[in-house]
Amino acid sequence: MLAFTIRRLFEAAIVMLTVALLAFVLFRFVGDPINQMVGQDTSIAEREELRERLGLNDPVLVQFGRFIWNAARYDFGISYQVKRPVTSLIAERFPATFELAITAALFAILLGIPMGVYTGIHRDSWLSKLFLSVSLVGISLPTFLIGILLIYVFAVQLGVLPSFGRGEVVRIGGWTTGLLTASGLKALILPAITLGLFQMTLVTRLVRSQMLEVLRTDYIKFARARGLSDRAVNFGHALKNTLIPVITIIGLQLGAIIAFAIITETVFQWPGMGLMFIQAVQNADIPVMSAYLLLVAFLFVLINLIVDLLYVWIDPRVRIYGREA
Amino acid sequence: MSTEEQGLPVLKTPSAARAAPRGLVTRFFDSDLWYSFRSSRLVVLAGIVTLLMVGAALLAPVIAPHDPYDLRALNLMDSDLPPAWVKGGDPRFLLGTDDQGRDILSTILYGTRSSIAISVLAVLLAIGIGVSLGLVAGYFGGIVDTIIMRIADVKLTFPAILVALLINGIAQTLFRGRLGGAEFWILVLSIGLSFWVQYARTVRGMTLVEKSKEYVQAARLIGMSRTAIMFKHVLPNVLSPVLVIGTINLALAIITEATLSFLGVGLPPTEPSLGTMIQIGNKYLFSGSWWMVAFPGITLAVLVLAVNLLGDWLRDALNPKLR
Repeated sequence: MLAFTIRRLFEAAIVMLTVALLAFVLFRFVGDPINQMVGQDTSIAEREELRERLGLNDPVLVQFGRFIWNAARYDFGISYQVKRPVTSLIAERFPATFELAITAALFAILLGIPMGVYTGIHRDSWLSKLFLSVSLVGISLPTFLIGILLIYVFAVQLGVLPSFGRGEVVRIGGWTTGLLTASGLKALILPAITLGLFQMTLVTRLVRSQMLEVLRTDYIKFARARGLSDRAVNFGHALKNTLIPVITIIGLQLGAIIAFAIITETVFQWPGMGLMFIQAVQNADIPVMSAYLLLVAFLFVLINLIVDLLYVWIDPRVRIYGREA
Repeated sequence: MSTEEQGLPVLKTPSAARAAPRGLVTRFFDSDLWYSFRSSRLVVLAGIVTLLMVGAALLAPVIAPHDPYDLRALNLMDSDLPPAWVKGGDPRFLLGTDDQGRDILSTILYGTRSSIAISVLAVLLAIGIGVSLGLVAGYFGGIVDTIIMRIADVKLTFPAILVALLINGIAQTLFRGRLGGAEFWILVLSIGLSFWVQYARTVRGMTLVEKSKEYVQAARLIGMSRTAIMFKHVLPNVLSPVLVIGTINLALAIITEATLSFLGVGLPPTEPSLGTMIQIGNKYLFSGSWWMVAFPGITLAVLVLAVNLLGDWLRDALNPKLR
């Protein structure tokens, strides 16, 4: 277990270094940072001075070291576009994305698992077929189209829910939350459904196939033979054993939710990190792009690491495999 | 070198010998694949829809009533017209016009054309990269295998859409304003580069199995080079899952292209694409011009759904152990 943990940590560090190298190359060599920072009427001497002051004349390795050192201290330089530290931009935007992602994940889990269990137990009922057809459509519709559709129905036609922004937010320390006001909660509904729908279909299909597999096993037949009630068998024995892979996938999907948040946030003009990233791409705002890249990579690696370690901890069979590999 | 090139007699099984004179077409209609295709009405429908859409897209310059590329033909007086059957519609524009006065139907035809072209090229690129890397990793093993698979692992950590966005962002920054028309190829590259891992993994796994089979050992014995064995003997035997993943990926590639264009980092607004059309129409949703979003949106959804259904069928029909 210890050796496995150390090896995973080592691999995670390698991934982060690779991404950091990529972010650094992006930061340093795509476009000239000086050109982006100064106006056209800056003299060559002034440019040279700025270049020297920012350390852009140092050896590349030294610059890379400094980049990592700064990133490790959570310092990503200054945005070309907004002329403010990237760190404070991210700090402002993070709560919005976090609340959206968590709500979407909860939506996916709380609806997806019951739907999966139902379609797994009642394979041939018409409701199961309906659920599965809907989930196929859910997979085929691109996220942004679902968002537009929801906006058209609930904001344009019915006029009951807002189509953009976060509504009123409450500031608690450095964190802004929309969860405490009525307009904030209303604004959250459509984006959360848009973001969570694809994950929900994924959870439904996964739980269904796991249930089908588990329900065939001997211990389920034995549990039925013992005269346990359907409920005890389905939920106490079957569902419990499907949950390990489901938890793994949901954990890994948190990364996908963060990535797809870019699209959802653009459709709903949700002031989160995804919208910030898209605006950075459109404006060639390299410091913001590389900071986002590093942060998202860090989140992904962290989630993967936790899921891997949890897996080993929950399922002893993986422990043996982990030692061999 | 294959046996035919060396002038050795080619062994034919009786059934192959009988089937050969009847031609490939007859053989195809006799196959299990065709049977399983025919036996599901939904799949047949999906196939017809896909064919129709690809055909219409290919013939866009011929059948489109207007040319959305031709700026001179555009008239701002024609802008924002509803579909022909709605009050205020113009019979010249069946599905209405957008904010620039472009005919929606024609733009959809041209847009589907670029969407399909980009997606097909991107999937081909992904297959090219993935299959070669997978073959090399599986066949040579050792340090080459470790390096390729580690890269694949890192790549797999990030969702494809994010990778495509990043590559696209970098390319757009690099060529900002200097390469007009390059957006098409940047899109192909960014989508292609974000989808190769699945092929590499599958092909590697299958190559590991095929490598130890007798025909590979026989080929080695007669002194064929490793490259020749890899591409002429192992490759044909690992291709069927690649076909399945390719079809499913095609649907994903269409979605990714539309998404990137929708986000404003794909094709520029002057080039027709389903994603760009939806992006433009989205701005006019509140003013009641629903047709600007609805028709490209429906086209996109139907195209993706049809390709997805075909992919599902192909997976079940060829039944490789994909999962």
